[in-house]
Order: sequence, then structure tokens, then C-alpha cells
Amino acid sequence: MSGAETSILFDAPGPKARRRHAIIATIGSLAILGLLALLVVGLANPDNNQFTAEKWLPFLDPQSWSAYLIPGLIGTLVAALISVVLSIIFGLLLGMGRLSQHTWVRWATGGFVEFFRAVPVLMMMLFAYYAGLFTLHLTGNLLPLFGVVVGLTVYNSCVLAELVRSGVGSLPKGQRESGLAIGLTPFQTLRIVLLPQAITAMLPSMLSQLVVILKDSALGSMIAYSELLRAGTNLSTRYGNLIPTLFVLAAMYIVLNYLLTRIAGEVEVRLRRGTRGIVAQGAMAGMVPQPAAEPDVPQTVMPKPDHRPGREKLR
Amino acid sequence: MKLTKPFGVLAAAMAVAISLTACSSPSTSDTKVAIGIKFDQPGLGLKEGDTYTGFDVEVAKYVAKELGYTDIEFKETPSAQRETMLQSDQVTMIFATYSITDDRKKKVSFAGPYFVAGQDLLVAADNTDITGPDTLNGKKLCSVVGSTSAQKVKDNFADQVQLKEYDTYSKCVEALASGAIDAVTTDNVILAGFAAQPQYAGKFKVVGKTFSVERYGVGIKKGDTELCTKINTALQKMVSDGAWQKALDDTVGQSGFVPDAAVNPPTPDACS
Amino acid sequence: MSELAELFATYDVLGAFWMTIQLTVWGAVGSLIIGTVIAILRVSPIGVLQRFGSAYVTLVRNTPLTLIVALTSLGFADALRLNLADPNSPTFIVDNSFRWAVVAIAIYHASFVAEAIRSGINTVPQGQAEAARSIGLSFGPSLRYVVLPQAFRGAISPLGNTLIALTKNTTVVATVGVAEAAYMMRNMIEFNSSLLYWIFAIMATGFVLLTLPIGLLFTWLSQRLAVQR
Repeated sequence: MSGAETSILFDAPGPKARRRHAIIATIGSLAILGLLALLVVGLANPDNNQFTAEKWLPFLDPQSWSAYLIPGLIGTLVAALISVVLSIIFGLLLGMGRLSQHTWVRWATGGFVEFFRAVPVLMMMLFAYYAGLFTLHLTGNLLPLFGVVVGLTVYNSCVLAELVRSGVGSLPKGQRESGLAIGLTPFQTLRIVLLPQAITAMLPSMLSQLVVILKDSALGSMIAYSELLRAGTNLSTRYGNLIPTLFVLAAMYIVLNYLLTRIAGEVEVRLRRGTRGIVAQGAMAGMVPQPAAEPDVPQTVMPKPDHRPGREKLR
Repeated sequence: MKLTKPFGVLAAAMAVAISLTACSSPSTSDTKVAIGIKFDQPGLGLKEGDTYTGFDVEVAKYVAKELGYTDIEFKETPSAQRETMLQSDQVTMIFATYSITDDRKKKVSFAGPYFVAGQDLLVAADNTDITGPDTLNGKKLCSVVGSTSAQKVKDNFADQVQLKEYDTYSKCVEALASGAIDAVTTDNVILAGFAAQPQYAGKFKVVGKTFSVERYGVGIKKGDTELCTKINTALQKMVSDGAWQKALDDTVGQSGFVPDAAVNPPTPDACS
Repeated sequence: MSELAELFATYDVLGAFWMTIQLTVWGAVGSLIIGTVIAILRVSPIGVLQRFGSAYVTLVRNTPLTLIVALTSLGFADALRLNLADPNSPTFIVDNSFRWAVVAIAIYHASFVAEAIRSGINTVPQGQAEAARSIGLSFGPSLRYVVLPQAFRGAISPLGNTLIALTKNTTVVATVGVAEAAYMMRNMIEFNSSLLYWIFAIMATGFVLLTLPIGLLFTWLSQRLAVQR
């Protein structure tokens, strides 16, 4: 945040306001610090003893990392990566289906997308796990991976399908018309002219969907997939330090997702610079629920238009 | 390109994957054997870094040695997957707190039992007012989601008990350690496994009044009486040469847990 | 089909969905309150509070809900023994677990609500705030009477998305034993594995029935309440 001075929500503070702000800031900081202190003291008191060396020292043991956390992290990343790739493939197919010339294809994909977008990822994972076990007779490490990947892919390809649809839908009409005019079939127009433009514009949203997938992969611990959360739980079963482990895991997820978000932001900035034409603007406007703020012209009330499309993409 | 449903294609892709694994026959040879255990049950089957510890693991090692195997590959067999992993030859034997039941016998066979456990309660070491399941009225009892053990206590012994459920026993034990709940319930030997962990040393005790009978068997492929007989012979030898007792003392026994001597060590059932 | 009827007789499926609805409603109310406060902190004139607001969003939004649920349940409810229900009540555990689950859901989704409202504030033209200031309104009143009412109307669409996600995310609290739809589904599959496909179809349809009206309502609201510019 670029500080108070640049905002237009309030006047530049005078001496009196500045004093008042200082007082509120002090009280606010004290309140936040106080709450944190209560938390630490509460967890540290003899009833809980969560901050003893024996509960935290295991994290200095290289084996905790080499045998639990790192393999867990790899499990998380593997599931997330497979799911992202599959989601993009199926998302494109489903998105194209929704734009199809054939009514029945549109209806079928539309019904599929609308239905599975509403199904919680955890339920999909549970179902895929047991369907994999009973129907496909999968076992071993493959079964939970199958459950996680299906759960994440079904949902996220539906989300991406919607992104494709709105991305293509927001391209200027002339793009499609000129495609048809030079003799391409509707399908060729979609594939050669429309999709490439829409996808370029969608890339940041796709990347930020990776954060969603990464976080949701933690649900895999419910079906015994060896991802980060489950690896951490196993570690804490060994050392009896569940609460410290949860803190360490949270930190790992936060760092990982924060980095991913930054990368997504970086990619978006590059794309904007590269294709600052009809594509970026046209497609963007349709994809994010609110009008895209221009980075260099602060027109709105926010102190700094720190706008990253797709960051609000929760579903 | 035609419309494709993700699930169908995924299933197909995975089906190819299975057929591939199915072709590559069970990872058993004359000297190598795949054994299924739990990876997350302290005192019974716990993965500690690259090694495996616990009573189930010790019994598995002994039996494997007696059967002439020199190389054991331990595989994790979560409860839901046990029958399927035996049927598909992923593992040859399973030592994973696997109770012998008629329902399971329809799909797999059992050697053993090698231990007779029973549902029990884990409480704080200084607790004196919980002496059995019928003293739980008004108390808080923890168990895991999807198990009937806690509900059984409520239905049969104490209708005033309050049930808390977590997705893992380790969370129940953590809640017990902090005093938020009064007791954890499941098989006594599983509870003893948690109590035996060094970080909980002296904090918990198993009440010692079991109210169910769980006969832990060695899961094998259905109808393999030859293997069953060999395992039973090995188990009997393990008991007679004292290795069984030693394995128990070294693992769950660390908590001061003593199994019900009237039924332990058990005599294996006849193989059929 | 008789098996299916038996399933419904054994398991209180409607009760589980009622629990899901309760979690959704209270979670939504909680996240709206916390999220609005965080959004206000982020545009406030006080640097410390701004930073707290953005730290909250960054930290909470990048943590899986499963972890937050586990931390509130094991940390706040069990270890710190912060009771949200009367500890002597015969339904203490059920009530306390439910309420802490609501808190976890609210904490997590508040970060998304805060971002939605911020994007709503983004849609309010500069002139509005300048006009508010020029008629002598200070930060509080100009937010309250001018900016926020428009911001909420501009944020309806992302808020609707957040609510739908929240509805589905309530399934995560099955991990701490709150008897909602996913918990019920798991138990049903565990003991009636032959009916897997039926169970899934029923539970999934339940969620379609829950989220579809929310989607329609918010589309209608966003069209109806859109600020004409």
C-alpha cells in the first residue's frame, strides 16, 4: 500500500488529525499485538506447552524434511501440476463445446459444466477415490492420486471452460466475422483465430487458478493422498507436535502460494506490455466481474490500483 | 475434435495405467515380498523416516523371515484398500490391525490371529473417575470420523456421553493431551501405541476394561491355505520362542500396557 | 431401490444438508462482517491498520481452509479452551465444534469478501469521493454514505461467487466432525459401498440445488442494483 497521502478518500491530515491517527494507530497496534501475545501465552502455558523445544526441534532434524515434508511437498506439487495440465486440456475442450455450433453439444457441455461446478471438490474426491477403488480396482499410491486429480480436474476444468467461453465471447465481433470471411469454417475460426487470443488473455487467470488447485490439494489428506498436509500429520504423529506442525505447514503453503501469485502477476504485466491491443483489453473486461482498472490512470477511489485479474477467482 | 468428458477419459487413462501395473506381476519373488502395514499408527505400524516400527512390523518381519524371505517391501495399506490390495496382488500379506470378520472373509482369507485386541479407553494418567465405558456419562469422548466405535459406547453404555470426532486419532490424542476431551476410544493396543510414544510418556493410561473382541489376523489372498498354514506355524514359533512377547514389550508395552492374558497370545485358527 | 429407501431411513440426509445450510448462513454473515472491516482497514488513513488488512488477506488467502479449520479446532477450541458454548451443556461438543467451524469458515472467506469489496470500491469513480470530501465529509462518513453503498453494489457479482464457494467449502469441516453433507456422504459410502453412485448423485444434486438459486439471485441482484454510470 502506498501510504495515506495518495488516497482521495480523506484529506491530507492536519496536526489534529495526525495526532488522532497516531492514537488510533497505537491503540490498533496494541490490540493486534495483545491478541497475538494472548495466543502465544495461551499456547505456551504449562497446560499446553506448545512452545517447548521438543515440539519444535524436530523441524531442525534434516530427516523431518527429507522423509516427510519434502516428499509431501512434492506430492502436493505433482497432484497440482497434473491437475492443472488436465484442467487446461479439458477446460479448453469443454469451453469449445459450449461455443459449439451444435445445440446438443452446447447443452451437454453446459449441463456438465453447471453441474460439476456446483459439486464441492471434497465430495468429488471422495467419490473418485471410492469409484477408483470399487469400479476401476485401483490400489496403492495410484488410487489416492487418482482421487485427488479427478476431484481437482473436474472442478477446475469447469471453471476454465467458463473462462474460455467468456474470453472468446468478449473478443470483438469482427474477429469471428473476418475469420469466416476468409473462408474458414466456424470450428477453424474458433481454433485459429479466437482461441489463441482468448487464451493469451486468460493466462494470468489460469496461473492464479494454480493457487486454488494447490490449496485444494490439501483436501487429498482426507483420502490418504501423501501430500503436504498428510505428510505433516504423519510427522506430528511421530513427534506428538501437531499444533507446531500446523503452523509450519501454514507457513509453507503461504510462501508457496504467495510466490505463485507473484509469478502470475508478473506474467500478466508482461502480457499487457506485449499484447496491448484489442486482445488484452477486450478479453480482460469480459473475464473479470468488474471493469478492469488501467494501471497507469488512477480513476477510482482505491489508493493504488493494485488490480490483478483473476486474483478474486475463488471458484 | 469431439466433445470429451473429463471423467471418462481420465478413467480410461488410469485404466491403461492399471493394466500396465497389472501386467508387471506381483512384486514377489523367492526372496522378496511385499507386506502391507499401516504407516501412521505409533506402536503398531509407523513410518519413521525410512524405517518402520511397531508390533505389526515386528510380527511381519518375523513371519517373513520364517517364510524364507530376505527382502521385505513395506507398503501402506489404508483400511479401505486392504481387500483390494490383496485381491490385486499388490501385497502378499497384511499386518495392519486387521480384524478377522465374517464379512471380510468373503473377500480375503486370514492367518492367525496373532493378537486379540478389544475396544478400550485412553484417559489421562491421573484420571480416576473413568473406569470403563459405563462411567462415561457426562464425559467427552473422541474417535475418528467414519468409525462406529464411539457411537457404540453411546448406544450401549452411556447415553449421556458427548462425542467428538476428528479425521485422525492423532488429533484426538492431542485434544486429550490438552484436556479438551476426557477419553479416546478405539482398540486397546492402538491406544497403547499412542501412550507409548516418548513425548506422551507418563501422560496417558489405557483403562484396561475392554468391551469388544478384535482378533487381528494376517490378511492373505482368499483360499491360499498353504500360505496360511506356513504363517500360522511361524506365528506359533514366534510365541514359543519368546519373540512375540519381546516384540510386544519393545513397542506398545513401553506404555505399561499389558494385554489380556486370558486371550493373548492367541492360538491361530485352522486354515480353510 | 429398496436399498436406497433404507439408506434414507438410516441416514438423516436432510439433517446433514440443514447443517450445511446453517454453516453457510452463519459463515456468510461472519465473513461479510470481518471482510468489510478488513476492507475498510485497507483503505483507512492509518498505515498500521492498512498493513494489518493486507497482511490478513495475504496470509489467510494463501492457507488451505483445511488447515485453518484444524488450527481453530485444535488450537482455539481444544488447546486454548476458548468455549463458544456452555461447557456444562449436554450438547457442548456439538455446539462448540459447530461454532468454531463457523468461525474458521468466516475467517477464511473474509479475505475473499475483503477483496470483493475492494474491487467494488475500485468501481466507484474518483469524482464520488472528491464530491464527498468537498461537501465536508471526513473518512468515516464519506465511506459510509457515499463510497461503500456504491462499492457493495459494484461488488455483488464477486460476493456472489464467494458465497457459492463458501457453500461448497463448508464440506471441509467434516474433518473436525461436524455432521454436514460431506461427513454424511463419507459415512454412507463407508457402510453402503454398493450404493456409491447413488450416494454421490444425491449429495451432488443437493449442492446443485443449494448453489443454483444463489447464482441466479446474485445475477439478478447485480443487474438490478448495478450503479448506472
